[in-house]
Amino acid sequence: MADAATLGQEEADPPVGVDRATPLLSASGISKRFGAVQALDAMNFDLKRGEVHVLFGENGAGKSTLINVIAGAIQPDQGALVVDGKVVRFRDVQDARRSGVAAMFQEFSLAPDLTVEENIFLGAEPRRYGFLRIAERRARVREALARFGFAIKPTSIVSHLSRAEQQMVEMTKALLTEPRVLILDEPTASLSQKETESMFGLVRHLCSQGVGIIYITHRMKEIEAIGDRVTIMRDGRFVKTVEVATTSQKSLVEFMTGRSFEQFYPEIPHDPGEVVVDVENLTTANGCVSQVSFQVRTGEILGIAGLVGCGKSEMIRAVFGLEPLRSGTIKVNGRNVPTLSPGKLLEMGVAYITSDRRNEGLMLLRPTKENLTLSSLGQVELSRAGWLKIATEKSFASRLGERLRVRPLDLDKLVVKYSGGNQQKIMIAKAMGRATRIFLFDEPTVGIDVSARVEVYGFIKELVAAGAAVVVVSSDLPEVMNLSHRLLVVRNGEIVDDVGGQDISEARVLHGFFGTKDAASLH
Amino acid sequence: MNWTKSAFIHLGILPFLLVGAIVFFSLQEERFYSSINIFNVARQSTFLIIIAMGQAVVLLTAGLDLSVGAVVGFAGVVTALILKGVLGTSPDAIVLAIALAVAGGLLAGVLIGLINGLGVALLNVPPFMMTLGTTTSLVGVSLSMTSGLPVTQIPDDFQRLFGYGRIFGLAPAVLFTGLIFIAMWILLNRTTVGRYFYSVGSNIRASQLSGINTRRQLVLAYVICSVLAAVTGILFLARTGSAEALNGQPYGLQSVAACVIAGVSLFGGNGKVRDVLLGAIFITILTNGMNLVRIESYVQQIVLGVILVLALVADQVRTKMIAR
Repeated sequence: MADAATLGQEEADPPVGVDRATPLLSASGISKRFGAVQALDAMNFDLKRGEVHVLFGENGAGKSTLINVIAGAIQPDQGALVVDGKVVRFRDVQDARRSGVAAMFQEFSLAPDLTVEENIFLGAEPRRYGFLRIAERRARVREALARFGFAIKPTSIVSHLSRAEQQMVEMTKALLTEPRVLILDEPTASLSQKETESMFGLVRHLCSQGVGIIYITHRMKEIEAIGDRVTIMRDGRFVKTVEVATTSQKSLVEFMTGRSFEQFYPEIPHDPGEVVVDVENLTTANGCVSQVSFQVRTGEILGIAGLVGCGKSEMIRAVFGLEPLRSGTIKVNGRNVPTLSPGKLLEMGVAYITSDRRNEGLMLLRPTKENLTLSSLGQVELSRAGWLKIATEKSFASRLGERLRVRPLDLDKLVVKYSGGNQQKIMIAKAMGRATRIFLFDEPTVGIDVSARVEVYGFIKELVAAGAAVVVVSSDLPEVMNLSHRLLVVRNGEIVDDVGGQDISEARVLHGFFGTKDAASLH
Repeated sequence: MNWTKSAFIHLGILPFLLVGAIVFFSLQEERFYSSINIFNVARQSTFLIIIAMGQAVVLLTAGLDLSVGAVVGFAGVVTALILKGVLGTSPDAIVLAIALAVAGGLLAGVLIGLINGLGVALLNVPPFMMTLGTTTSLVGVSLSMTSGLPVTQIPDDFQRLFGYGRIFGLAPAVLFTGLIFIAMWILLNRTTVGRYFYSVGSNIRASQLSGINTRRQLVLAYVICSVLAAVTGILFLARTGSAEALNGQPYGLQSVAACVIAGVSLFGGNGKVRDVLLGAIFITILTNGMNLVRIESYVQQIVLGVILVLALVADQVRTKMIAR
């Protein structure tokens, strides 16, 4: 029996190279609309056997929607999906898996309180007469983990694993279905250099077996390292499919943004003035930040760079009173701040613009007007002795909205109905409502499209030109390198490097990230 | 079709229910739209309206106050005992007695509101558990203060003033309801404190980061809610002439029902005081109408329960439509 099955499979899977010309999978004319947003507009895509096909585009370009359609998680409004020359309509993810299409999404589909082996076979447990076959399951999980080169114990609880390890579990789960099309959504986002290398090794191995891989990444280096072809998307539409070998990075970005690379980051004049925030030996109660000292000046952008979860956000959150301190002093405008709280710091002219719009930034189901004025309502312009000046509030809000170019500005519209870029602008506008001189930006362009991004940069430029002090914490390395006049590199909650203007280089920052001393030790 | 859909999105399911109920009962029973019955409905709905407006403030902050019913009973008992106590020592000081008794009843409300609010805001007790706890204890306190017996023989002056007398030709309860409605409308629509109730319920972290004292807002919400329940307790005492621990029992859930039917979101941050007024009137009309067409009280409970669940389902559908 087993032999026959294996034989049959071999016949169904032609050897590599025999049928590379006809696509393994092709999507044509795919459209999908969510409410007012046209997420995909007649999108075309095709995947060959044994290739790594990179999907490239800005946040909000429609990449996620496209892979969700291919993986069966979303049903398209229009368009056809063809796998192996047959038109398919996937009802759900399981349906797609049966046709050999598996996806590994950025948000894991793991049950955090179950073990690795339980997760890997979740919903497909080996059983006999309704009872689990624990020993068989463990053996199969062991074998699979060994085969893919993942050093994880099958009995560990998933929530105890690092993010990278969780990703390996997710990957194992996807691979056990023996997919012919594998979708990887930013698989290296949380991996170290070494883990990334082994991930690439696995991807190459799968390709050599004829698996077609759809790969989403924002990192140019990865595209060069592993991609065969790149399809660029913009605003839910197909822009171009190109060969990696014959395409420069610069032109990729130009295709993606529809504008040339040089215009992207503004030239921001540097005119450092007095020190307005002076942090000394700061250590937070949870130990995320330890013994950190830095100064923020007017007319200057101080960048803070580091990997995700290294404590860089916590540094400015602590300044705004959002992280309890164990020790250290924070001076604002030369004065000690004894009790740090958002209310107190807003009064002192400090604003923190959070990276978490949804949970910390906006009242999604309230009108735009109320969001814009929320932190300014106590000011004399908007209220007297607790009585709102309704008419003034409206003009105040529309001035703020106009200034940040929220488009189309509708003060009564619920914030949730705006795009990410407009939401971000509303959040920044909210901070502008007061006489603020010190701006702490936490990931200022997270999840927004490129045109909004350029506007946000332009806005930061205006602020600095007007003499404000700006701190930009960002995981987006090009962003923080290009904007900063001075750059702090953070690793494990400590400042490991403080780089000024012309000395900022990617190599130097990366050495800081990974704790390597010089370029030679990176390799 | 489009018109009804946009009306549903803007106003919620309440207008449909209200119109439906009025049409249905008018066709079934002539007495329903007689002037006497309309007057009755207006008077009967006042207690629920006042309590529901308080409940709405707590719901706006994404909280819940189950203790309003117990506060109605407790405030009534406190008011009645002070009245009788003062008149027992100096029988002629009726004005003083009424003033002290009303102040005492209101203070009882402030006290319970503070306990609820501090528990929720400072100790982070879930509102459901916190107010369930105060409900249970409070009924015990009221029962032991009265030895489990109703307090009766309330002086006639007090009952006339707040119960069956007339002020500007209106029943006192109707007048108070009107005044409180106006005050609540102004509070929620024209003051910073009112705006902050919405913001706290909509996103408490964002409110904190915007420099709002969210704890103070939470405490204030529970105090307002309890004081309004206490006002009802005093009016209730004046109308019935008897104070009992369990007098306000049904109001706990009915007030939540009135708010939810009125489109106040149980997740906080959404709701209009005007709709709450209509929601409370709807529940009263429903009960009144069902009494008139002689529907059994057990069946009435079934109908109320079904409508409440339907209203919640409709609210979910509406939230989805709004977000889209």
